[in-house]
Amino acid sequence: MSTIKNRLSVDENAPILTATALTRLYGERVGCRDVSFSLWPGEVLGIVGESGSGKSTLLRCLAGQDRPTSGTIALNFDGVPINLFDISEPMRRQLMRTKWGIVHQNPRDGLRMDVSAGGNIGERLMDRGDRHYGKIRSSALDWLSRVEIETNRVDDYPRQFSGGMQQRLQLARVLVPEPKLVFMDEPTGGLDVSVQARLLDLLRVLVRDLGIAAIIVTHDLAVARLLTDRLMVMKDGAVVEEGLTDQVLDDPHHAYTQLLTSAVLAA
Amino acid sequence: MTAMIKVHALQKHFIMHNQGGIRLPVFSDVAFDVSAGEALILHGESGVGKTSLLRILYGNYKPSSGHVLVRHGEDYIDLATATPRAILTVRRKTIRYVSQFLRVIPRVTTLDIVKDPLLARGIDDTMATEKAKDLLSRLNLAERLWHLAPATFSGGEQQRVNIARCFVDPASILLLDEPTASLDAKNRDVVVDLINEARESGAAIIGIFHDEYVRDRVATRRLDLTQFKKAA
Ligand SMILES: Nc1ncnc2c1ncn2[C@@H]1O[C@H](COP(=O)(O)OP(=O)(O)OP(=O)(O)O)[C@@H](O)[C@H]1O
Ligand SMILES: Nc1ncnc2c1ncn2[C@@H]1O[C@H](COP(=O)(O)OP(=O)(O)OP(=O)(O)O)[C@@H](O)[C@H]1O
Ligand SMILES: [Mg+2]
Ligand SMILES: [Mg+2]
Repeated sequence: MSTIKNRLSVDENAPILTATALTRLYGERVGCRDVSFSLWPGEVLGIVGESGSGKSTLLRCLAGQDRPTSGTIALNFDGVPINLFDISEPMRRQLMRTKWGIVHQNPRDGLRMDVSAGGNIGERLMDRGDRHYGKIRSSALDWLSRVEIETNRVDDYPRQFSGGMQQRLQLARVLVPEPKLVFMDEPTGGLDVSVQARLLDLLRVLVRDLGIAAIIVTHDLAVARLLTDRLMVMKDGAVVEEGLTDQVLDDPHHAYTQLLTSAVLAA
Repeated sequence: MTAMIKVHALQKHFIMHNQGGIRLPVFSDVAFDVSAGEALILHGESGVGKTSLLRILYGNYKPSSGHVLVRHGEDYIDLATATPRAILTVRRKTIRYVSQFLRVIPRVTTLDIVKDPLLARGIDDTMATEKAKDLLSRLNLAERLWHLAPATFSGGEQQRVNIARCFVDPASILLLDEPTASLDAKNRDVVVDLINEARESGAAIIGIFHDEYVRDRVATRRLDLTQFKKAA
């Protein structure tokens, strides 16, 4: 006998991150307000909205880089629930180093510019406790080729790379320790369109193959459509609409989302 | 026979907030079931809501009210209230949708696009590649195109990639929006055969076809949406 369900077994799994009523005020000014949502393992969430709508503020709070004025962030790695702002600073740093990664819009903020490409990747493995030089080096070479950088560039410095290459190197540096959760703020922001396409495709494949959960801030709806499963639309610091990415973009319900989707040529 | 989709009291309208809040009714009180082994053809004049209905059945448009029960495994799940994650799961396992145009992903090759539904279901790469190649050959897509991304292909070539992606791993529910519109007679007939084969092996099919010849060869049942327009 079959039954009618509102939920599937996928809905019973525990979320990896749950934000509840997150608010960040800058004095009188609202950064973000009353944001609540959950993110599940392997899921990619997009955050879109106009300039100043609070996307970066929200992402910084979620990634533990900034403390919200009120609200909570509950995390669940390997079945152990913790509250991001209730734990000690060293514990939070440890967590950030091992369980998550942050991809910055400007690769200079995410790379060590005075360390070689191979060093930028290998350093993260050493953070994780790897000590075997040969293994670290071969892993670095492997990751360079995964992000489509010629392995003979391993000893070059990031400043000798183009913007697109620097961004791909940053990706390798972030992904090499196999984080469970990755935060990205406009990861393709400063790149021209053809370079963007290459990076996006790479991101799409890596995120799927590694099964990581990711939160991606972008003002580009085509990027959101390509990379994300679910979308939140922000305006004036608040989430005005959320849902399945293609549904939000193709059948937008909120006035602001309708404006956003009509303002661009077919995302 | 098992109903694969049950639509009940379905209503859809759009509110255009940036055009004076105008309310655009599409249809109301739509109700029908489609069982395994059936092909329901939607018709009615342009703008009657055929594509909107098909998109609702895929979870791409939200119903304004009513229910869309989809048989997923042994149960029915209501797409009107399902979470985004549940809808994605249903799409992966139970529903395929062929849109009128392929949405090209930059840099992804034809073969990878066609293999993807198999890989997502855990089929190994060798098997997936073999199946994808068989289908692309059957659809007469030149072999030199298999390792290229379809961005530069003709409309008919892109559409055949789109169709191959659907039929490489036919799910139990197939939603087809004018899949044959940009094809020549030879390829149109291949698609008609693919649809009929899928149906005979138990798929439930809901489709839109402008071509009367295709409708006649595919339909087991027809539904004119004009009747649902009145009080929408
Ligand atoms: N450190 C800060 N001090 C004071 N106000 C800030 C600070 N950071 C952000 N704001 C304000 O908070 C609001 C949200 O800014 P935020 O950077 O989160 O926007 P955003 O959506 O990321 O915009 P963009 O798309 O331009 O990057 C803005 O009004 C901004 O001026
Ligand atoms: N996302 C949307 N936002 C607003 N209105 C929409 C949207 N999608 C469809 N419509 C409107 O809904 C009505 C039905 O459109 P739909 O595309 O479903 O018709 P159709 O029967 O498929 O027509 P055709 O035979 O021309 O393809 C039309 O008036 C259309 O403008
Ligand atoms: Mg920002
Ligand atoms: Mg249509």
